[in-house]
Amino acid sequence: MSRIGVFICHCGENISRTVDVVRVAQEVGTRPGVAFSTDYKYMCSDPGQNLLKKAIQEQKLSHVVVAACSPRMHERTFRKAVESAGLNPFLCEMANIREHCSWVHENIEEATAKAVDIVGMMVERVKKNRVLPAITVPVTKRSLIIGGGIAGIQAALDIADAGHQVVLVEREPSIGGHMAQLSETFPTLDCSQCIMTPKMVDVANHPNITLHTYSEIELVEGFIGNFQVTIKKKARSVDEDKCTGCGVCMTKCPQKKIPNKFDCNLGMRPAIYVPFPQAVPNTPVIDRDNCTMFKTGKCGVCQKVCGPGAVDFEQQDRLIVEAVGAIVVATGFELYTIDEKPENSPIKGYGEFGYGKIPDVIDGMTFERLASASGPTGGKILRSDGKEPKQIVFIQCIGSRARDKGISYCSKVCCMYTAKHTMLYHHKIHDGQAYVFYMDARTPGKSYDEFWRRSIEEEEAVYIRGMVSRLYQKGDKIVVMGSDIAAGIQVEIEADMVVLATAVQPQKGADLLAQKLGISYDKYNFYSEAHAKLRPVECATAGIYLAGACQGPKDIPETVSQASAAAAKVMTLFSKDQMEREPIVAKVREAGCVGCFACKKICAYGAIEEKEIRDRQGNLVKVVAYVNPGVCAGCGTCQATCPSKSIELDGYTDEQIVAMIEAL
Amino acid sequence: MHPEKQKHDFEPKIIAFVCTWCTYAGADLAGTSRMQYPANVRVLKFPCTGRIDPVFILKAFQQGADGVLVSGCHPGDCHYIAGNFHARRRFAAFRKLLEFVGVDLNRLEFSWVSAAEGGKWVEIVTNLTEKVRAMGPMTEFKELALEEQWSGVINTSELQEAYNSI
Repeated sequence: MSRIGVFICHCGENISRTVDVVRVAQEVGTRPGVAFSTDYKYMCSDPGQNLLKKAIQEQKLSHVVVAACSPRMHERTFRKAVESAGLNPFLCEMANIREHCSWVHENIEEATAKAVDIVGMMVERVKKNRVLPAITVPVTKRSLIIGGGIAGIQAALDIADAGHQVVLVEREPSIGGHMAQLSETFPTLDCSQCIMTPKMVDVANHPNITLHTYSEIELVEGFIGNFQVTIKKKARSVDEDKCTGCGVCMTKCPQKKIPNKFDCNLGMRPAIYVPFPQAVPNTPVIDRDNCTMFKTGKCGVCQKVCGPGAVDFEQQDRLIVEAVGAIVVATGFELYTIDEKPENSPIKGYGEFGYGKIPDVIDGMTFERLASASGPTGGKILRSDGKEPKQIVFIQCIGSRARDKGISYCSKVCCMYTAKHTMLYHHKIHDGQAYVFYMDARTPGKSYDEFWRRSIEEEEAVYIRGMVSRLYQKGDKIVVMGSDIAAGIQVEIEADMVVLATAVQPQKGADLLAQKLGISYDKYNFYSEAHAKLRPVECATAGIYLAGACQGPKDIPETVSQASAAAAKVMTLFSKDQMEREPIVAKVREAGCVGCFACKKICAYGAIEEKEIRDRQGNLVKVVAYVNPGVCAGCGTCQATCPSKSIELDGYTDEQIVAMIEAL
Repeated sequence: MHPEKQKHDFEPKIIAFVCTWCTYAGADLAGTSRMQYPANVRVLKFPCTGRIDPVFILKAFQQGADGVLVSGCHPGDCHYIAGNFHARRRFAAFRKLLEFVGVDLNRLEFSWVSAAEGGKWVEIVTNLTEKVRAMGPMTEFKELALEEQWSGVINTSELQEAYNSI
């Protein structure tokens, strides 16, 4: 038999002005099951809470209803008070007679009658409340970071410096990502590799970081605090422990003319190679598709000249399983290309620019490699025929902001890097003239607008507001046909080189990785954050965080900020050995579940798993649903969906709700 | 300044099923802003409209509600990501069933009220209350209950015959 305590708060005058609180306490006090009913001026105050605690102990109350303000205000306060008096906090409910009653109804009779109804309703509900013990989820204090660009590197260093273990997985043979390809970075014109390589070396040397390069994520299982990730370490054909990084193998390799992806295919590399001289780790990889040994079975020069004997043609791909508690996704971006796309592709190519077949029409990253001192031309800006370009046309918004090409968003970084390109060009070729066709100049960051103005005022770049409609070859020149909207005329420029500021897109395979992780992505394959404004580094899937351009186009300062933010979230998760959660989670009544998994399909958090029920001999009886209490967010959509009424949300059971309806 | 309360013959009973994060918060905002509205509505709090089983609506009508309101987050803004989409689909089908059964759909209202829309909450509650007031009390379920209820007294000849044959 319940012994419910009812406490009606006056809230000073806020409630008692329009609700006769004494009468409410009296009327509710006559309900069966109510053992104690009183009113008090300020229930949330110290004396108010003490009154509550004293009554629980003296009156041996089994449940409590506090009729006062909105539970969104003080439910936690009263549940804590009740818990300290020895009662399970979920046996305490609040009745909202302020925001929903006294403040919105002036007529005392009506307001009081409504208050009696509301409190009575909560009394009947609380009779069906069950003891709910707090849920604890153990946390493995190790973090996985997918992607070794600046975002992954920053997050790895932050988490490792805090004393936690980090596993960093990178698809390419070296970490560094796209930032390692850049020449100088805006708005400071810092040499990109100079600021980045110290961080790369820190990652390699850090005692808390385990680096897996030339590796990919194969499988992700588990949930927050308890992930098991299978990593495929692709065969480098070189033993990482034996290799000293001397580089003799690369100089002796007979295959020297393989286009180097790092140099945007402008530079060449051998079959056994490191992508760039500052690579971390400085261990080469054999490109088995182009290596003579793997194609014909003859050669093996690298193995012969290798002093430590590190070259191993028999090496196989390996699978490693790592147990981690949190995952940070930092897979970055790739650039849009203007080439012809398959027919049903949502993204279109630029036929008006010759689908990329006109020589010396390049993208921004290729220009970076030309400008880079360690690039294929030693930092000289040269055409494909080796001549210096005297007129370069830069075209903004290629692919971006172009609904008809399939990409509606702005890629954010191109206005700034194009201004930077005009400066680099002017610094290297003093009599060169840069023209920029643009729509808007989007330069909002710190020192960004000043940087952009510098390219016009000091570096003599000519900015033409208008779009380009066509590029075609004329002799060894490229004719650019565009419009100058400010002057209201059509313009034609005979350029020696055209640089396109192409759109920033997520990496190829981003959607497949998201499906492995169980995280959401948008129609462009950018990963979705849990809340656009208030939770920009978390996914809806608990325990998985986002950093960098994989979430949306961004520049280096923002990427570093976001990486540190994701690291902070991981550190919050790791701050305790056990993660505590509110026990408002769903539970499956296995006797009734038929395994239709309608609940699993609709759960937005992926909290429902399949569980086998076996008999004593080990034979499979049936497969039922199981709710992971560490992941369930407590919405109850599963319960309303279940056709057999076999799943129940603790705290909002059918009995509790029907009790409320019947009380009215 | 209290407007003269108009005396009505019939005070409808309106039951509202709302989600914690949007509509309940919107109703709280209406309270904080001291907006006034008719005192006929009783609010039941759910974590999400996705939790609302259509059976609860039927139960509410059975228990004597004259009008029922279901309100949640705007599509796309669900705190639990997609619960309100499931609710929307569920209730689109349920409305057809209610119509078939003979419940006047004007007594049932679905709305999206965000945590910032205190005014919209007041408007919806007021409109529904006045609409249901004009329709009068819902008697269908009460009549049905009366038909099915058996007082326990054998007061007709058919009942006497049936009893004798046992």
